[in-house]
Amino acid sequence: MTTASAEKTAENGAGEEGYNFAYLDEQTKRMIRRCILKAVAVPGYQVPFGGREMPLPYGWGTGGMQVTASIIGHDDTLKVIDQGADDTTNAVNIRRFFARTAAVDTTEVTAEASIVQTRHRVPEDPMTEGQILVYQVPQPEPLRKLEPREIECRKMHAYKEYGLMQVSLYEDIARFGEIATSYSYPVMVNDRYLMSPTPIPKFDNPKMHDFPALQLFGAGREKRIYAIPPFTKVKSLDFDDHPFEVQQWEENCALCGAEDTFLDEVILDDRGGKMYVCSDSHYCARRRAEGHRGTLSDSAAAAYAAAVGAADRPSEDGESAEWVT
Amino acid sequence: MAAMATLAGSAPGGIDTTDLKPGLADPVHDSQRVFRALLEAMARPGRPLQLEEGLDPPFPLDPATAAAVLTLCDHDTPLWIDWIADTPPVRAYFSFHCGCPLVERSQQAAFGLVSDAENMPRLGLFAQGLDKYPDRSATLVLQVPSLSEGLAVQLSGPGIDGRETLRAAGLPDWFWNDWRLNAAQFPLGVDIIMTSGRALVGLPRSIAAEG
Repeated sequence: MTTASAEKTAENGAGEEGYNFAYLDEQTKRMIRRCILKAVAVPGYQVPFGGREMPLPYGWGTGGMQVTASIIGHDDTLKVIDQGADDTTNAVNIRRFFARTAAVDTTEVTAEASIVQTRHRVPEDPMTEGQILVYQVPQPEPLRKLEPREIECRKMHAYKEYGLMQVSLYEDIARFGEIATSYSYPVMVNDRYLMSPTPIPKFDNPKMHDFPALQLFGAGREKRIYAIPPFTKVKSLDFDDHPFEVQQWEENCALCGAEDTFLDEVILDDRGGKMYVCSDSHYCARRRAEGHRGTLSDSAAAAYAAAVGAADRPSEDGESAEWVT
Repeated sequence: MAAMATLAGSAPGGIDTTDLKPGLADPVHDSQRVFRALLEAMARPGRPLQLEEGLDPPFPLDPATAAAVLTLCDHDTPLWIDWIADTPPVRAYFSFHCGCPLVERSQQAAFGLVSDAENMPRLGLFAQGLDKYPDRSATLVLQVPSLSEGLAVQLSGPGIDGRETLRAAGLPDWFWNDWRLNAAQFPLGVDIIMTSGRALVGLPRSIAAEG
């Protein structure tokens, strides 16, 4: 499903005229590249970098885009997902941005991509050694809600002083009987640094452990880059008597019937009707193409798919983000 | 360039350009490819990678050594060059192509270039980073005679699935002892990019070495 993108401008592969390859200037890329190498050398540590202004607002993935722009080359194939979906505004925009400025191929197939930029999900399909997963990070500091002062947070990281985070999780247990954090669930990387996994659901936390692909994290507003090298120990914080657990659903995906994926709740009417569908749109579409069916009737599934634009599109032209409701 | 050389023999800034060797042919895309190799090397320590770039750097630099420095250094990164490579052609090469300040004291350098591994300074003589900013440590580009014929050392740590064997030749006898000290003070410590010919291997501070 690699798209011969309409925006892939020049045949010489130079990308959009008037811009450097992949938008950023070479000096900025070098600075970010040095930061990425240091981030890989100290897994989980947040390296400050000189974040640049990108042509879209903070909160829309400027950090992830700067990381992607610094690593991407002609030979790369880029996939961008937003909450697991390839077809949401944020994902479509970023994919089109790199198709235009770097003239790279884009895809929706996880296995075909060499770089996957993601907002708030880890793809359901397994990733392999040659791939790089780039996360967009709104708040890189896991301690920020507990300690607003940057200088104090930095000390706590320097001296591995993470008792405060354990106390906050304990307070959850005292109050609710369980750890109530369901996303941005803090992890320890390589037994040394406490790290925010970005607002991925805690469902995805176990995937980060021993992940074969390189994971890079970019926070544009906060100007931090951090990384998890492949095959690195990533442990979600917990207690011996309250071990870490991921979300579970009583239902399966209504479209493809998957039992082991992260599900989004879809409200169907104003009488409490609802269904659950896979959050990873590519994974769900592939399973349906393979003949898997959920509880939803074929006609209803087709109507739903058409409504959210998740049907088998002839070709993704980067403009198909209409929300028909 | 020839006319300029006969006129003055130097570019602005006092760089002697008489015998200046060319840098990366296509700076944008060549440096992107070299960087991806460096990233791969640091993310998968101990695994040798081959560069495609056909550089012809001044003596005594290998293509991979020059490629790594050309890709990562600029006016923000003080570069320290060891005594055997600290020649006018090499100084001019990096001053011209990177514009990086060249420093005499290894402690001040963001990058250290070692071409004579056997007589290299101890690892503790380079910037080790700070408690709160471990990223402010030096990266060494360490050129060795071979990455396949040296003594086998077992590596383990982040980026390695189980164990990886590194066979770097020409290292001083204290090297792996120093490396254990370097790894022991994690998250502080230097990171090393070993180069030989067109091959390079990453050795970040998080890696433990045995044997």
